[in-house]
Amino acid sequence: MIGQSRNGTDWLAHGVLLLGALLFILPLWLMFAGSTQDSALISRGELSMLPNLAGLGVYADVLLHGASGGPPVWRMLLISFGMAMAVAIGKIAISVISAYAVTFFRFPLRMFCFWTIFVTLMLPVEVRIIPTFSVMADLNMVNTFPGLVVPLIASATATLLFRQTFLAIPDELMEAARMDGAGPWRFLKDILLPVSAANLAALFVILFVLGWNQYLWPLLVATDQGLTPVVLGIVQMIGTESATEWNKVMATGVLALIPPVVVVILMQRWFVKGLTEGEK
Amino acid sequence: MATLVLDGLRKSFGAVNVLKGIDLSLASGEMLVIVGASGCGKSTLMRLIAGLETPSAGQILLDGRDVTRLDPSARDIAMVFQNYALYPHMSVFDNMSYGLRIRGMAKDDIHNRVQEAAVLLGLGALLDRKPRQLSGGQRQRVAMGRAIVREPKLFLFDEPLSNLDATLRVTMRAEIRRLQRRMGVTSLYVTHDQVEAMTLGDRLLVMHQGIPVQLATPMEVFERPANTYVAGFIGAPAMNFLPATLSHGGTAAQLGIGPLIPFADGKRPGADGRTLTIGLRPEHVLPAPDGLPMQIDLIEPLGSETVIIGRLEGGDMMSVKLAGAAPASETMSIAIGAEHLHVFDAETGLRLDPTN
Amino acid sequence: MERRTIFPGTLLPVMLVMPQLVLTLIFFYLPAGQAILSSFTRSDPFGMHVDFVGIDNFIDLFTDPLYVDSIVRTVIFCAAVSISSMAVALILAVFADHEIAGRGIYRVLLIWPYAIAPAVAAVLWILLLHPQIGPVGRWLNQHGIHWDYKLDGFQAMLAVIFASTWKQVSYNFIFLLAGLQSIPKAVIEAARMDGAKGWFRFRTVILPLLKPTMFFLLVVNLVYAAFDTFATISAMTQGGPGKATETLVVKVYQDGYVNQDIGSSSAQSVVLMVGVIVLTALQFRFMGKRNAE
Repeated sequence: MIGQSRNGTDWLAHGVLLLGALLFILPLWLMFAGSTQDSALISRGELSMLPNLAGLGVYADVLLHGASGGPPVWRMLLISFGMAMAVAIGKIAISVISAYAVTFFRFPLRMFCFWTIFVTLMLPVEVRIIPTFSVMADLNMVNTFPGLVVPLIASATATLLFRQTFLAIPDELMEAARMDGAGPWRFLKDILLPVSAANLAALFVILFVLGWNQYLWPLLVATDQGLTPVVLGIVQMIGTESATEWNKVMATGVLALIPPVVVVILMQRWFVKGLTEGEK
Repeated sequence: MATLVLDGLRKSFGAVNVLKGIDLSLASGEMLVIVGASGCGKSTLMRLIAGLETPSAGQILLDGRDVTRLDPSARDIAMVFQNYALYPHMSVFDNMSYGLRIRGMAKDDIHNRVQEAAVLLGLGALLDRKPRQLSGGQRQRVAMGRAIVREPKLFLFDEPLSNLDATLRVTMRAEIRRLQRRMGVTSLYVTHDQVEAMTLGDRLLVMHQGIPVQLATPMEVFERPANTYVAGFIGAPAMNFLPATLSHGGTAAQLGIGPLIPFADGKRPGADGRTLTIGLRPEHVLPAPDGLPMQIDLIEPLGSETVIIGRLEGGDMMSVKLAGAAPASETMSIAIGAEHLHVFDAETGLRLDPTN
Repeated sequence: MERRTIFPGTLLPVMLVMPQLVLTLIFFYLPAGQAILSSFTRSDPFGMHVDFVGIDNFIDLFTDPLYVDSIVRTVIFCAAVSISSMAVALILAVFADHEIAGRGIYRVLLIWPYAIAPAVAAVLWILLLHPQIGPVGRWLNQHGIHWDYKLDGFQAMLAVIFASTWKQVSYNFIFLLAGLQSIPKAVIEAARMDGAKGWFRFRTVILPLLKPTMFFLLVVNLVYAAFDTFATISAMTQGGPGKATETLVVKVYQDGYVNQDIGSSSAQSVVLMVGVIVLTALQFRFMGKRNAE
C-alpha cells in the first residue's frame, strides 16, 4: 500500500479511480444509449446521453435481421460463442495433457517436444497469417467451422502455464497417491485437476475472451456470411456515414460485449489470480 | 503381520553411492527405527522399501514375497509422510478412504473402516473438514488414519513428527507407539531425532553415510555403541572423547591428558602403544576433589540436572552432567573412573571389547 | 526445473503429448516453414511460375522506403501505445492499492474492460471520434481543432493509438495492481520508518520492486500493439489515410491477402517472426535472471 488515507476519505484516490472507471463506463453507456436512438438523428450528430426506451426494439430487430445486409446477429453470436468455447476447451484439453506428459513422465525426446511446443509461445496467429491460410486452403478447411478454430488452438501459452503449476505440486502429494494405489489417470483426474482448479478457471476466462475477440483470422477464413463472428460482423456493418445504421451497430456492440464481460466479472477472482500467477 | 527382509540393498544416483549395502531382517510386529544425520541415506532406504525408487542392487522381501521391483500400490505398504501429504481438496473422510476406493472396496466396508480408525485417532468430529481447517497435530493424525485403514503388511513413517512443535511431538510420539503396539503391524520409522529413536524403537538401525553402523536394541546402542559415531550420536549431551594409548599389556589406557586408567572389565586386544579413543558419557564424569582441574566455560541449568562444559588443562573439551544445581565457581576438578568407560580404536573408531 | 517423482512408462506420455505436437507441427511449423521457403521465391504476374530468388525479397523489403516507413511507424505506434497504457494503468493501480471504501468495486470497474474486443472498441471510437457525428469529434471541431482523422494522417495515428491504448489499460492494470500487492508490507513499513515519504518512497522503493512486472508487461504490450491491434486499425482507418497508419501487421495483410504478393508478404512474416522471437527470448532471459535472485 502506498500512501495512506487521512482520517477522513482519500479524496485523491477516489477522484482518480472514479475518473478511471468513468473512462470506460461512459463510452459504453453512450454505446447503449446510442443503440436505442434513431439512426438518422445520430447521423446528424445528435447522439444523446439519454437512452430512448422506446428504441429498445432495435435489439430484437438486429438479433433477427442483422444490419446492412449482413447476417442476423443471433447467428453471429452463436458463431462467436462456438469459437470462444471451442478455443477455451480445446486449448485447455490439449495443454493439460501435454503439460502432464512433459512434467510427470520421462520419455525419449521429452525436452525436444517441450521446446518444440514452447517456441510457438508468443507467436500469435497474426504473425503466420498468410502461410497458415494457405495450409488451411490445402487442407480444404477454409470457410469451415473447424478451420476457424483449430489454428487458434495450436499455441503454447496454456501448456507453459500448466507446466509451471504442475512443477509446483509437492512431491509427497504424488507419492501418497501412488501409495494409495493411484495410477497416472486417477492421479490426473482425482488430484491434479481439482488442485489446479483455480488455474483452469482463470485460463478458461482468458481463452474464452481470446477466442471471442478474434478478428484477423476469421476475416481470412470465414468468407461465408454464416460463419462470421460478431466482432467481425460489427465492423462490416459500417459502410459510408449515411448508409450506416448506427443504432443497430451500437446494439450489436452491446450484444457482442455481454458474454465476455459477464464471464470476466463472474470469474473475476480466479481470473486475476491465474493471470498474474501464471505469467511469472 | 509380516516379516521384512532386506538383502544387499544398494542405491546410487549416477556416481553418488547413497546406500552401500543394507542387510536387515524385521520380525513380524516389530518397530524398527532408522536413525542418522541428514544425508545418511535413511530416507532413500525408506523410499526403496516403499517402491518410490528402485534399488541399484539387492532384494526386498515382504512376508517372503519379492517386492523389489513392484509398483508401490502393489506392495501392500502404507506410508506416513513428513509433510502429511493430505489431498487438499478432499475431506478428512475422503482422504482416508481414497486408497480403499481405488481398490474397489464396498462402500459400507469403507465406511466402517474409516470410522474405526477415526475413533482410534480421535478424528470422529473432523471427518467432514478439509485439511486446511485442521491443526498440524490433527493433520498428522489424518495421515496416520489414511495408513491405518489400509491394514497393510508394513507401516513406513518418514520423520512424521519433525513439523510439529515440541510438546505436540512428545504426545504424538506416545500415541504412535501405543497405536503400533496395539495394531501389531510391522513398522519402519525414520528420524534424525535420537530421543524419538530411543523411545519408539524395538530395535535401532544407526546409519552413517549410507552404511548401517549398528543394529541393536536402544539400550544396547546406548550402553555398547559400535563405534565413535554411534557413541557420539546417541545420548545428550554427547559423549566425551579423549585420546589415549593402550598400555600395560592391554590392561590399561594411558590418557593423553595424564592419568592411567586400568580397565575394569578386562584386557583389550593389540600391542601396547596402540592408539585409542576413550569415551565417557557426561553423566559418568565425577567431580573429585583431587582430580583433573577443569576450567568451566558454560553452565546450562536444566532444572533437574546441570550440564557443565569446560576445558581440561591440555585444552580438551569436557562436558559433565550433574544432578541438581551447579557449583558456583569457575573451576572444578573431575575424575575419569574406570567404570562406564568405552574403548574405541583411534583409527577405525570401532569399539574394542574385552578379550576374555 | 524438474520433478523428483514421476510415473513410470513411456507410451502414455507420448500419446498425451501427440495432439498438441501434431497441431503445432501442422498449424505452426508447416506454415512457418512455407513462409520461410516462400520468402525466398517470387512468382510471375500470372502466378504460373515460381522462381528462387535468394534473399532478394528481403533486400527489396529493406530498401523499400514504404517498408522502412512502416517499420518506423510500427515502432512509434507500439511505443506510444505501450507507454501510455502502462502509465495510465500504473496511476490507477497505485490508487486502487489504497485502502479506501469501495475499493473492490473500483477494481471490478477497471478489470471488466479486459473483455472488450479490439474490434468493438474500434467501432465504438469510430462513432465517438467521428468528425461530424461523434460527441468527441464534434467537440474537438467546435473548439478550434480541425478534427478529421480520415483525412489527416497524424490525427489518424492519434486516433488508433488512443483506441488501442484505451483497450489495453485494463490488462496492465490487473498486472500492476497484483505487482503492487505482492510487495511485502514489511518493506514499505521499513521505508516509512526510515523516513521515506510519498513520491520519494514510490520512486526509490516501490518502482524498483515493480521493475520485473513492468518489463514483462512492456514485452506483452509491444506484442499486443504490433499484432492484436490489427482489428482496431483495420476497422478505423484501413491503414490510411494514404499509408499513415499502416503498421507492419496491416501491411502483411495488405500485401499478402489483398494484393496477393506472396513472396513479399512471406518475407515480411519472417521478419515479424524473428522480431517476436527475439523479444520473447529477451523476456525469458530477463525473467530467468530474476527468478534466480
